Amino acid sequence: MTSLTDPPKESFRLGMLIYDTRYRSLTIQIVALIGFMIFAAWLINNTLYNLAEQGKTIGFGFLSDTAGYDINQRLLDYNSQSSHWRAAFVGLLNTLLVAFLGCITATIIGVFVGILRLSNNWLIARLMTVYVEMFRNVPVLLWIVFTMAIMIETLPAPRAFKGDDPQASMVLFDSVAFTNRGVYIPEPLFSRGLGDMPILPDAANPDCQLNEAGEVGDSCGIFQINIDLLFLVLVLGASLFVSGRIRKRADRIQNETGDRPNTMYLRLGVVILPFVAALIALGFHLGYPELKGFNFKGGTYLRNSLIALWLALSLYTAAFIAEIVRAGILAISKGQTEAASALGLRPNRIMSLVILPQALRVIIPPLISNYLNLTKNSSLAIAVGYMDITGTLGGITMNQTGKELECVLMLMLVYLVISLSISAVMNWYNERVKLVER
Amino acid sequence: MADLHFVRKAMIEEQEPPAATAGVAGWVRENLFSSPLNAILSILSLGFVFYVLSALLPWVFSPTWSATSLGECRELTGGGHGKACWGVIRERWLQLMFGFYPKELYWRVVLDFALLIVAVAPVLFTKLPRKMLYFSAVYPFLMPWLLWGGSIWNPIAVAAGFVLGFFAHKYARPAFGGLAAVILAFLLPIIWWFFLAGPLANGLASVLPLALETVESRNFGGFMLSITIGVVAIAISLPIGILLALGRQSDLFIVRSLSVGFIEFIRGVPLITLLFVASTLLNIFMPPGTDFDIILRVIIMVTLFASAYMAEVVRGGLAALPKGQYEAADALGLDFWMAQRLIIMPQALKISIPGIVSTFIGVFKDTTLVSIIGLLDPIGLSNSIRADQAWNGVVWELYGFIALMFFVFCFSMSRYSMFLERKLQTGHR
Repeated sequence: MTSLTDPPKESFRLGMLIYDTRYRSLTIQIVALIGFMIFAAWLINNTLYNLAEQGKTIGFGFLSDTAGYDINQRLLDYNSQSSHWRAAFVGLLNTLLVAFLGCITATIIGVFVGILRLSNNWLIARLMTVYVEMFRNVPVLLWIVFTMAIMIETLPAPRAFKGDDPQASMVLFDSVAFTNRGVYIPEPLFSRGLGDMPILPDAANPDCQLNEAGEVGDSCGIFQINIDLLFLVLVLGASLFVSGRIRKRADRIQNETGDRPNTMYLRLGVVILPFVAALIALGFHLGYPELKGFNFKGGTYLRNSLIALWLALSLYTAAFIAEIVRAGILAISKGQTEAASALGLRPNRIMSLVILPQALRVIIPPLISNYLNLTKNSSLAIAVGYMDITGTLGGITMNQTGKELECVLMLMLVYLVISLSISAVMNWYNERVKLVER
Repeated sequence: MADLHFVRKAMIEEQEPPAATAGVAGWVRENLFSSPLNAILSILSLGFVFYVLSALLPWVFSPTWSATSLGECRELTGGGHGKACWGVIRERWLQLMFGFYPKELYWRVVLDFALLIVAVAPVLFTKLPRKMLYFSAVYPFLMPWLLWGGSIWNPIAVAAGFVLGFFAHKYARPAFGGLAAVILAFLLPIIWWFFLAGPLANGLASVLPLALETVESRNFGGFMLSITIGVVAIAISLPIGILLALGRQSDLFIVRSLSVGFIEFIRGVPLITLLFVASTLLNIFMPPGTDFDIILRVIIMVTLFASAYMAEVVRGGLAALPKGQYEAADALGLDFWMAQRLIIMPQALKISIPGIVSTFIGVFKDTTLVSIIGLLDPIGLSNSIRADQAWNGVVWELYGFIALMFFVFCFSMSRYSMFLERKLQTGHR
């Protein structure tokens, strides 16, 4: 506080609540708290009154009702008989899917563009500037609907692939088809697959009885996890762990003797060989999309709404990431580069050992907040009809059930949880890389 | 001994630099072909630029300005798809600007935004006469009146509340002391607005009916709507953001928790969910019988959204200020609000100007989201233009036009903020 007061000589007076700095902060806080509580109570009271007036009740029971609508792009088994819960969950997975894909592509493009903007090639640097300014200064919603329009208007319809002399043809050895309904890519198949594992199976469900092949039906359990995928992830995780141990051992030897054993081939082998062995053991092969009738069958079908959203979000966010990367590299003083080259390091070692570790400290926090922006912007999926959680829970479910309050609250809660977990990661990282000064 | 030393007797004539390092050739060599990799990249990007321009330029320069329907465009260009159809822009650009605002009242919108520049100018440019700030103070009441119309007594009655508060503070302070003056300055205007302003404005309107033709909110649209929402939201969010930033920095636990809670909540959810609140929930939160207009509801939610971001920007400015400034203000014996007003805020806000401008650009871009809840912003209008039989199928021209407008607006603002940043740099580094 701004001034010191003498110890009180007289007893407590009411005026001291305001004029005595020792009590004043308490008074202000209590007044603020009471004001806030009155405001909140007023809002809740209004809400309850208005809802009662409209004949609505507050409750989340509607989530167990049958949703009755279809979701065209989904990662889980879902049909129109499923509950609103499940629709929301499928939507959430779709949000996370597009956010995940978008973050990866945005980072790749952004880092690339950010470095190229610093290129000493005049033309390349200008082109990248044009790209960054073009995307940063036009609303992301416009980019999303624009990309969707490109997908619909310029790509051929599936029937253009038909006939002896088709107008359009598949690319990459007849494995990928770009159509105005979406993109068909080869799907991974396992001829000796391990099947699916139901999560929380319900024994009373007839679908959970083992059939002749020793498998359960599709609708058993809340959802089913592909064991092949799980197995591959486990193998990859284990080999990365072993590879990490090899690196630690090399570090130790280097610290003790000064010589670093060459571990690159060993580590590559440890990561790749078990994975390839696992793929062969599972009988991995690709299933190619084929034109059957008027549409493609087989392969993985990526709807054009997903592609448009993914592309637009990553290109838009990449423009911001490019600026962050550029600023991060520029923030490292030139003396660092010069000192490193005076030590005799080669340019690529300077980049990886001196510049990048320092630049990353500047780059990562705003990078993560851009990931967060991308995730939040993915809620614009509703404009192109991609069924993310805003489209399911905040769109069709809300309109069908008329439970606006509950749906919007849940929607906000979901995004809040995502945001807060991302910021928790960011704080943890900041704490870890913080410069320890003096 | 032979005369081995050399003494120059005449200056060598100045030589031209080698042709390969000077002039155009030198520039090209240094900037485009300095290494084999750079040469390949340059040639590739030249090819790319050529490819894009060869497709884009014929498309842009197509003689379809006079067309009145897409079919007519096709006839003019010989049925090709590689040509733009600019007739739609000629016919509908006014709609993209003003939505369904009555044509004969366009002057009001134009006047409004022209006056906006006059009102903002003295805030941005310190060289202008300080008297102009009085107009800046009047403008917030003038703006909605010009846009929505109605009796002139309504904005005057609202403004009178502020004047009342000001005078209550001024005259009550010597008479009753500081605290009573502040409470009076809050209470009197509230009593005025709730109980006296409405009847008085109605009474005056019946005696002296000075009114502009009323324009319904649903007629608002196009860039006018985007600019209205953006400008109002930013203008109101600045003071709220400053208060929130101060709250977040405060030592008072409850005040700090409330501020942090609000800021993190708003920043953690997408704007579209807040717009859902505006379109479906805000009227439920209000006392029964309140029926806010949809644009007002959207402005309220966008303002809350912008204030959370503004608070973070201002907090950055406060954090960048050296601690000595706070201590010096304390040493001068200034109380908290005086220190903020005279020492801290002028410097902190100056540091945060680039952040404020970029928040404004972000909010302005985000106003396109209102098309999702059914307002007719430019993107919403482009859909309704396509619904017209004559223009069914026009996509690129509309999106291109909208994108260009946004680009011009946002790009020039970001350049202006960079200019301001350089100008305000008073040599701290």
